[in-house]
Amino acid sequence: MAHNPARPLSPHLTIWKWGPHMLVSILHRATGTALAIGGGLIFTWWLAAAAMSPAAYAIFYHWVVEADPASAKAALQSLTNLLAKLVGIGLTWAMFQHMATGVRHFVLDTGAGYELKTNRRFARLTLVFSVVATVLFWLVVMGKY
Amino acid sequence: MGRGTSLGRVRGLGSAHAGPHHWWMQRVTAAANLVLVIWFVVSIARLPIIDHQALVLWLKSPLVAVPMLLLTLSTFWHMRLGLQVFIEDYLHEEGSKIAALLLLNAYVIAAATLCVFSILKIAFGGVPA
Repeated sequence: MAHNPARPLSPHLTIWKWGPHMLVSILHRATGTALAIGGGLIFTWWLAAAAMSPAAYAIFYHWVVEADPASAKAALQSLTNLLAKLVGIGLTWAMFQHMATGVRHFVLDTGAGYELKTNRRFARLTLVFSVVATVLFWLVVMGKY
Repeated sequence: MGRGTSLGRVRGLGSAHAGPHHWWMQRVTAAANLVLVIWFVVSIARLPIIDHQALVLWLKSPLVAVPMLLLTLSTFWHMRLGLQVFIEDYLHEEGSKIAALLLLNAYVIAAATLCVFSILKIAFGGVPA
């Protein structure tokens, strides 16, 4: 769309007092983008490595999950393992947050949930859900391995 | 607005009558994702499928391979629809917008095809476990 940069823009992002509904709205977009790029690439690497060979999967495994003590790059792998865990926790939270705000959008699509108090409560609930679900998921996963 | 015939001036502007389909498919894939992603997350939490052998054995079951294929198609389709809106909202320069949309399609089609092929190869016994 053609636009003239000399024209003034309305201060639509700066004049409002922040509320939970605004936060979860932009988080829905941010988490969706993070999942599409980060989640999509890791998911693809994981499946493609598994289908290629045990050696290709070992590369994925050692760089992402657990360093290979026999490797000369073990120290570097320990570092990437730690980063991968942080990314993993971040993507898990992003997935639960996007899931919850996605359900919120389904409700809003029906025309319900626009009353100020209800809207704010539902928005806050998505934040509580995503944090609790992420903690529970990682407690289960870390307890297993 | 340029010169030209009335038809030439409006071509490419206005409704292409294709918007509702995008909106609707975003909802349809979202509903499918909700079910499939919950299944996938529960599977990861329950099974040691970060281990290669366990993953290969798991994917050999039709009741795993098929949900994994559906998960791949539904999530990557949803990603394409979502990132398309993201690009259209934030990239206003026509050239970079079209380049970003082409890159998005290339990424989604390449990654989803790689996932589908990998799932099928393992499911059909192409990887010894």
